[in-house]
Amino acid sequence: MLKRDDLKKRLSAILGAEHVHDSNEMKLAYSYDATPNYQALPDVIVSPGNMEEIQAIVQLCNETGTPIVPRGSGTNLSAGTCPSEGGIVLLFNRMTEIIELDADNLTATVQPGVTTETFIRYVEEQGFFYPPDPGSMRISTIGGNISENSGGLRGLKYGVTRDYVMGLKVIMPNGECVVTGGKCVKDVAGYDLTRLMVGSEGTLGVIGEATLKLLPPPESKQTLMAVYNDIEAAAQTVSEIIAAKIIPATMEFLDQPTIEVVEDYAGVGLPTDAAAILLIEQDGPSEMVQRDLQVIQRICQAQQAIDVERAKNEEHAEKLLTARRVALSACARKKPTTILEDATVPRSKVAAMVQAINGIARKYEVQICTFGHAGDGNLHPTILTDARDLEEMKRVEQAFAEIFQKAIEFGGTITGEHGVGMMKAPYLKWKAGSSGLNVMQSIKRALDPKNIMNPGKIFQSNPDGEMIAE
Amino acid sequence: MKQTEEVKQAFEQRMDHTELMNCMRCGFCLPSCPTYVETGDNEAASPRGRIALMKGVVDGLIEPDEEVEKQLNLCLGCRACEPVCPSGVQYGHLLEEARDILEQHKQRPLHERALRRVVFHWLFPNHKRIRQTVSLLYLYQKTGLKTWVQKMKINQWLPKHLDEMQSILPNVPSPAEMKHRPAFLGAKQPVRKRVAFFSGCLMDTLFMSTNDATLTLLQLAGCEVVIPKTQGCCGALHGHSGEKEKAKELAKRNIAAFESLDVDAIVTNAGGCGAFLTEYQNLFQDEPKWRKRAEQFTGKIKDFSEILVECGFHKAVPLSMPEQMVTYQESCHLRNVMRISQAPRLLLESIDHVNVQELPENQYCCGSAGIYNIVQPELSMKILDRKMKQVQSLQPSLMVTANPGCLLQMRLGVKQAGLECDIRVEHLADVLLESVPQEMKNHGRGGENG
Ligand SMILES: Cc1cc2nc3c(=O)[nH]c(=O)nc-3n(C[C@H](O)[C@H](O)[C@H](O)COP(=O)(O)OP(=O)(O)OC[C@H]3O[C@@H](n4cnc5c(N)ncnc54)[C@H](O)[C@@H]3O)c2cc1C
Ligand code: SF4
Ligand code: SF4
Repeated sequence: MLKRDDLKKRLSAILGAEHVHDSNEMKLAYSYDATPNYQALPDVIVSPGNMEEIQAIVQLCNETGTPIVPRGSGTNLSAGTCPSEGGIVLLFNRMTEIIELDADNLTATVQPGVTTETFIRYVEEQGFFYPPDPGSMRISTIGGNISENSGGLRGLKYGVTRDYVMGLKVIMPNGECVVTGGKCVKDVAGYDLTRLMVGSEGTLGVIGEATLKLLPPPESKQTLMAVYNDIEAAAQTVSEIIAAKIIPATMEFLDQPTIEVVEDYAGVGLPTDAAAILLIEQDGPSEMVQRDLQVIQRICQAQQAIDVERAKNEEHAEKLLTARRVALSACARKKPTTILEDATVPRSKVAAMVQAINGIARKYEVQICTFGHAGDGNLHPTILTDARDLEEMKRVEQAFAEIFQKAIEFGGTITGEHGVGMMKAPYLKWKAGSSGLNVMQSIKRALDPKNIMNPGKIFQSNPDGEMIAE
Repeated sequence: MKQTEEVKQAFEQRMDHTELMNCMRCGFCLPSCPTYVETGDNEAASPRGRIALMKGVVDGLIEPDEEVEKQLNLCLGCRACEPVCPSGVQYGHLLEEARDILEQHKQRPLHERALRRVVFHWLFPNHKRIRQTVSLLYLYQKTGLKTWVQKMKINQWLPKHLDEMQSILPNVPSPAEMKHRPAFLGAKQPVRKRVAFFSGCLMDTLFMSTNDATLTLLQLAGCEVVIPKTQGCCGALHGHSGEKEKAKELAKRNIAAFESLDVDAIVTNAGGCGAFLTEYQNLFQDEPKWRKRAEQFTGKIKDFSEILVECGFHKAVPLSMPEQMVTYQESCHLRNVMRISQAPRLLLESIDHVNVQELPENQYCCGSAGIYNIVQPELSMKILDRKMKQVQSLQPSLMVTANPGCLLQMRLGVKQAGLECDIRVEHLADVLLESVPQEMKNHGRGGENG
């Protein structure tokens, strides 16, 4: 790697000095993301304004072996933007445009830095619908969503970000620009590079532009809240609803401690003494929505829900879902450190998984709040702790390891939507197996032989910054 | 170097470590932060970034250098990041503590130190001096000096924004008027409440007519009002500028002035002062006795709009104005710290013929932020420009504010945009009094001087 001053000089020549920063203050501000206990200072922070500038930056870094950490809003939960090996942090704060909305082809083309909510609101105003709505959508970027293949509250029925990425412009580690996919609904010309890039966590290249699929908006929607005295009955309801062949748009689960902290912040009238609640939303033609909701209501009651309440109106429904979106941050009200997991199981195993998590919490004497996209089998057991209590932190680690193990035993995965990053790199083998990991590393090595793209993420690095081979 | 070591130590010792950790870095606060948005999404200029900077210094990850200090000073202190934070991080306290540490260890040039002494220690703590200073302004406005200054173009020597500032100041009351303030006012309706009034330093001089309007409204709402003479400046200016010790002194004086009064509430009419008063207890982390007294005091602080609504003023008094569109620009501290935003709207909506419309982004700071517009003119004006774009798109004929700083800043914005003839900017109290029927206003003052 170049000396920092030389690097800065050459980057300034590409971008103009005002878009290149290396002050103490800036380095600190780009040293972290939303993952607790990971922090490392980069050497330089850059804000390119277009594809050509990104290309020149990547070429320079490839030539000099400088790590590049692409960063959207830094809300990821797997230490995906922590510059653990220094180098440059590449920002998209000057690339936030919605370039085109193609009403005839139902697509939109955007720059990576546009925030998810801005994009969703924009397409809604134009009469379209973009379903992936991660809890963090208020601030997360489309580039980050694509790179983590983020899910959201509507994932159950509508799938995740992957299902909406039709084409990409990617700057590869050698500086070349590759255009993948496009506006065609059908396209089998060669390997599906679009899908390879989705969820690649900035380790294979820089996404400079994306073409996304839009849907016509649903005709109507209805939301209900089912309240339980028994957490497993709530989880069982989820399985029963799916078994009844109903796919609601949203089916979110919150347990008692989560309800309490969320209500404390949002004040939307959640029952703070209930053991668990389900927030269920269905959308579509209004007769279908009515019918589904009636069936859902019956199933909830059969599963001993103590109360089933329909949202009074759209505003009320929106409030309930917004409250759910803040669950993770609200947990931080209780303890200074909140560590969240992303274990995911096949949906039929949700009840068993909830039970297992509660058992693990008791065994290791840790406080766990559980909430999540229950309909997808994607739960977020969140441990409330204090990073300063080293003894407890040990137990936290053991509890998480056991949760992963259980998830895999149930045929699940170690991460449903938050990605591997640094945080789960040591566990990737558990899910992918040796041969799976080997294939992934071969791809990485072929495309990024110098390991400049977000090193240390997905695959662990050795102290020299080289990928530890499987 | 020694200086830096001391600052680091003070951060380590004085900052609330748990509160710093309570920020889980979710980023939910970013879009609400004016400095983040205006700097083109610069993380360092965001609440999450600033908390990380403070924690970085505490953890020894970075030096508390000039850049760090600059970034903390660039914060408006508007606290829009607090109500949106799901984790409930008390950003304002962290900021105040950090600024106080930096200020204490700062080596300012002699003239700056002298100026700060005059402003923070000599002028504001002493109501008489404030009065005298404002009296000079009175002379300036009334003796033709102002016209002369403008004719001779002497004002061109002032920095542009300061010159503009002086031109939008309200008409100042005469020294005699400022001196003879009431100590008690009886209710003009059957008595519903007995309240104390916090007069404030600028509010009781520069904005005396607004204070008078507020008092009359309270009387009309059925309040007996006690106005203790021993009260003084709230200390917000000091607290926000790293002069915590002085702020404490002022707080003690006010607590003592009000605590023996037998009243239901202590009423304020300036969001900035009110918010600081409601947080007095935070000044006394290590003085448990004072903390307790402070808590009793802060428990009684209410904005006048709340009191008016509680007394049913808007239902009892037939309010009316000529037909027009009105908008309410929130005072950040009233909204984000005192958490009052419904009462002012409710009162405005009760005025007949008035069409109340929401200004887009009205939860966004106007850039006034205490003395921010004086010490950070560049960003302040950028933020004001953004606000004025919204104002121009809505085109109200009256903008209502709830804090003197916001009032002046919005008048400045309106003047800069050349809209003085089209848009009036007024304090809520003045607008409400304007809409009270004449016969009710004249109905005796019911006051005694003391
Ligand atoms: C409170 C909270 C709730 C959340 N809820 C959800 C949820 O419901 N579902 C969910 O899936 N996730 C959720 N997340 C996780 C996180 O918000 C998502 O992963 C999000 O997509 C990250 O977006 P970002 O813009 O912040 O990306 P960042 O965190 O900045 O980056 C994420 C990854 O993308 C890479 N990257 C970013 N931009 C580019 C680019 N242009 N080219 C190449 N690589 C790039 C980075 O290197 C990094 O590996 C939540 C997080 C929080 C804090
Ligand atoms: S919203 Fe609160 S917890 Fe989240 S980053 Fe901002 S201050 Fe921190
Ligand atoms: S107080 Fe205002 S300017 Fe300062 S960080 Fe919070 S939102 Fe931003």
